[in-house]
Amino acid sequence: MTYARPKIDLPGQQRNEHGLLLRDYEGALSTLCAGCGHDSITAALVQALWEMSIAPEQLIKMSGIGCSSKTPAYFVHGAHGFNSVHGRMPSVATGALAGNRGLIGIGVSGDGDSLSIGFGQFGHVIRRNVNMLYLIENNGVYGLTKGQFSASADAGSTAKKGEVNQMQNINAVATAISMGASFVGRSFSGDREQLVPLIKAGIAHPGCAVLDVISPCVTFNDHVGSTKSYSYVREHRHRATETDLIAPRAEIKASYYAGDTHPVRLHDGSTILLRKVDPDYDPTRRNNALGFLERHRARGEVVTGLLYIDQNVPDMHAQSRTVDTPLKNLEFDKLNPGNKALAALQKGMK
Amino acid sequence: MPATPSRINDFVLKIATVNGTGSASANGLLMKALFRMGIPVTGKNLFPSNIQGLPTWYEIRANHAGYMSASGRVDVMVAMNVQTYQKDLDEVSPGGFLVYDSTWPRESTLHRNDITVLGVPLSKMCNEAFKVARIRILMKNVAYVGVLAALMDIDLNVIKTLLEETFASKPKLVESNLLAIMLGYDYARENFTCPLPPRAEPMGDNSGNIMITGNEATGLGCLYAGATVGAWYPITPSTGVMDSFTKYCEKFRIDHETGEKLFCIIQAEDELAAAGMVVGANWVGARGFTPTSGPGISLMSEFIGFAYYAEIPSVFIDVQRVGPATGMPTRTQQCDVMLCAYASHGDTKHPLLFPSNPHECFQMAVTAFDLAERLQTPVFMLSDLDIGMNDWMIPELTWDDSYLPDRGKVLGSEELARMERFVRYLDVDGDGITYRTLPGEDPKGAYFVRGSGHNRYGGYTEDSDEYQDVVDRLLVKWETAKTLVPDALLNKADRPTKLGIVAFGSSDGAVTEARDRLSEKGIHADYLRIRAFPFTHEVVEFLRSHDTNFVVEQNRDAQMKSLLMLEANDIADRLVSILHYNGMPIPSECVVQGVTDHLKKEAAA
Repeated sequence: MTYARPKIDLPGQQRNEHGLLLRDYEGALSTLCAGCGHDSITAALVQALWEMSIAPEQLIKMSGIGCSSKTPAYFVHGAHGFNSVHGRMPSVATGALAGNRGLIGIGVSGDGDSLSIGFGQFGHVIRRNVNMLYLIENNGVYGLTKGQFSASADAGSTAKKGEVNQMQNINAVATAISMGASFVGRSFSGDREQLVPLIKAGIAHPGCAVLDVISPCVTFNDHVGSTKSYSYVREHRHRATETDLIAPRAEIKASYYAGDTHPVRLHDGSTILLRKVDPDYDPTRRNNALGFLERHRARGEVVTGLLYIDQNVPDMHAQSRTVDTPLKNLEFDKLNPGNKALAALQKGMK
Repeated sequence: MPATPSRINDFVLKIATVNGTGSASANGLLMKALFRMGIPVTGKNLFPSNIQGLPTWYEIRANHAGYMSASGRVDVMVAMNVQTYQKDLDEVSPGGFLVYDSTWPRESTLHRNDITVLGVPLSKMCNEAFKVARIRILMKNVAYVGVLAALMDIDLNVIKTLLEETFASKPKLVESNLLAIMLGYDYARENFTCPLPPRAEPMGDNSGNIMITGNEATGLGCLYAGATVGAWYPITPSTGVMDSFTKYCEKFRIDHETGEKLFCIIQAEDELAAAGMVVGANWVGARGFTPTSGPGISLMSEFIGFAYYAEIPSVFIDVQRVGPATGMPTRTQQCDVMLCAYASHGDTKHPLLFPSNPHECFQMAVTAFDLAERLQTPVFMLSDLDIGMNDWMIPELTWDDSYLPDRGKVLGSEELARMERFVRYLDVDGDGITYRTLPGEDPKGAYFVRGSGHNRYGGYTEDSDEYQDVVDRLLVKWETAKTLVPDALLNKADRPTKLGIVAFGSSDGAVTEARDRLSEKGIHADYLRIRAFPFTHEVVEFLRSHDTNFVVEQNRDAQMKSLLMLEANDIADRLVSILHYNGMPIPSECVVQGVTDHLKKEAAA
C-alpha cells in the first residue's frame, strides 16, 4: 500500500520562490521502521529541495532496490520517480539525463545497491560524471532480507546475533575519490545541520556528486558491536569540513563563515562555502583526501563533510558535446535528414 | 576432365586469404565492379574471431536471376592462403577453377583431376614491382583482382573508375593499385585462355540498386527514426549498427555553427547498463535503442522484464550469432527467437520483428520505435550476422518525408489540465494501452515507476486482484499488438497446392531459390514469410490451409516451429522442420533437400 500524508495547513508557513510550502516537497508516508535513519535523510532532502526552490516537475527521483530505494516515494510527490532494478539505478539515471539534460537527477541508493550488486554501475556513473546527486544511505546491513552484512560493514563489526564480519569493507567515499569522482561527501543521517547544505551543494555541483550518508538501521544494525549504529557514529564522527551553499542572489554573511573558508563558485552562479574544520584537510587534492581518510579510519573515526571537490571535470554532456536543448525536445525535422539526403548518401553505395 | 558449361553471370567466386592483409578492399572492388556491370551480386564474409593472422574467406555470388542465398558451390577459388590450401582445393565444384600464388612450389599431393588449377606468381611480381614490405602484401591481393578481371571478363574500366572514386584524394594510390592490377591482368592474358566459362557479361541496369550491409542499414534506420540516445556494449556481430549510427549522426546531426551534437551515444560498461540507459532515455521521451547479440540479450533480460511490466518503450536490436554461450561469434544463426520472445522472468512476451535483408532492416528499425512507443513495451528487431555483416544488393532506400514518428499515448500539460486526476495504468480506450506522461513537464502527471506489484492507478500493491487486473490488461495489449505489427508476406505457387513453406529473416533467399528449383521438379509450394511476432491472423490461417507446412529456420531446436505450435496447437501435426544450424548461411539446397526428402518418405509410407 501507498499511504498518503494528510495535508494540514498551518498558519505562518513560509513559501519558496515557486510559492510552494515545505509540505509540497513531501511524499507518501514512509513504511520504513520507526526511527530509521533513512527517514531523516528524506526529511533533509525535503528541506534542501524546498530551500533551493527546485520545481517539482524538474526533478527525477531514481532508485534501485532495498530499503533506501523505497525512499523516493517519500519526498516530492510532484516529481516523477523511478524505482528500478537492484544496483542498476545509475544506468537508468544516465539514460534519462542523456535524453533530457534539463532534469535534476537525484539517485537514492544503498550500500548493497551501490557497493555489491551495483558496484560496476556506481563506478561508471562516476567515471562518466553524470550530472546528478548520488546519495548512498549506508547502514552496513541488508535490512529487507533480515540482517546480512553488506559490503560496507567494517571488518570486526558484529551482526545483531553476534556473528563477526571477517571481510574488509568497501569504503564508498575512498572508492569514489580514487575512481575520479568530482564531488564526494559523507554525512550522518542524525546530523541534519550538516546534511542539508551537503545535499544542496551536491545538487548544485555540475557533475556526479556522491554523498555517502551513514544511516543506522534501527532494527538490524543499531547494537553494541556495530560501527554503523547511532551511538557509534555520534561518538566517532570527525568533521573535516563544514559546508554551506549560497544561492546566486543571496548575500554572503562574512561573520558566520569566519575562519579558514574556501568559496567554490559553481557554474550556475551559486557558491559552495567550505570551511575546513580540521587544519590538515585539503578537499581539492585527491592524495591528501585519501591519506586523511585512511589516517582517521585507522583510529576508528568516521570522517564527515565535503571531502573532495573538483568542479572542472567535464560532465557526460560536456564530454560528448551534446546540444544544450534536451534531446527529447528536438524537432523531428532536425533529427531526420529526409529523402533527398538519403538519395545523396546512397550514391556512394552504387 | 568434365566439360564446363558456360556460367555467364551465374557463378560463385571465393577468395581465401589471411585476416588483416587488406584483402577486404580487393574483394569489395571485385564485387562492386560486378555490381556496376549490372549483375545481381552478393558478398558473404567468412571470418575468424581474430584481428590478424587467421584464415578468412569472401564469397561473391553473381546471379542473373537475382538469387541471394548461399549456393553451396564454388566455380572459381582464389587460394591465397597456404594454411587452408587443401580445404580450399577440396571445395571447388567439379569443372571449376583454382587460382593460386605460384611463387612458391605447391605440394604435389594437393591436386585434383576434375578442376583446372591456374598458378600466377603474384608475390614474385609484386616483390619486383613494389619496395615496401607492407605494400607488397597488400598489392599481392590487389593483383588477383587483375587476374580475375582477365579470367572472368570483369570490366577493367569499371575497376579503374572505382579506384579513382575510392582514392579520390590520394591519386598515388590509384596509380599503385592499377599497376598491381595490370600485373595480374597481363599475366593471365599471356598465360591462360581468357575468359573462363564462369564469367561476367554486362547485363541490366543496377542504377536503382545499392550495395549495403544490414548493420549499416539498421543504423541508418535508427537515425531516420529520430533516435537520439544510443547505448551499447561492443559485441560481434552487432557493432556495425552503432558504427553506422555514429557515422550518420556525425554527418547529419552536428550543428555546423556550434559543433554541438544532436545525439548522445554512450558506450556502456556492460549490456545490463546499456539496457538501463535505453529504458531511462525512453522514459523521459527520447528515442533510445541498443544493438547487441544473443549474449547481450541474456544480460539485458532483467531490464527487458522491467520495461515490459513498467510499460516503458525500448528498442533492442539483436544481430544473432551462433550460441549457446560464447558460441561462434563470427558465424550466423537464428537462435534467439525464443530468448527474445519471452525474455526475462515471470510472464513476459515481446513483439519481435524479422527483417530479411538490409532494406527491411532500414524500414523495420523505424517500425520498432513506432511500435515500442505505441505499445509502451520492449520491441526487438532480430537481424543476424548474415544480414548484418554481409554485402547485399537491394533496391535503393527511400524515405517518405511526410512521416511523423508515432509517439503513442503521451499526455502533456494541456491534456492534464482537463483531467481531474492522472493515473498511469488505467485502460481508458479498451486496447490495453494506457496513457503515460513524461518527466519534466507537469507535477500533475507525476507518477512512480516501479517493477514491483502495482495496481491500475500506479500504486504499489500486494493485493491479488489488483495485481491480476494489470497483468490481464497486458494481455489485451498483446492482442492489440497483433493488429499493429508488420503482416506476413504470402507468395503463392502458380497453381493450387497443399504444401506450404514458412520462413523468416535471412532464410528468405534460400527459400525463394529453392521454390524455383522445386517447381522445376514438379513440386509446388506456397510461401509465407513471417515478419513479426505476435503472429498476425494470416499466419495461422496459412498453416491451417496447408496439409504440410515446412518451417525453415536456422537453429537446432525449431524455435519458430515451437512458437507457432504455442499459438495454434491444432496445427502441430502439419508442421515439418527444415533446420540448418552449422553457422554458415542456409543454402537453397538445404531447403530443396528437406522438402524432397520428406515427400519421398511420405510417399514410401
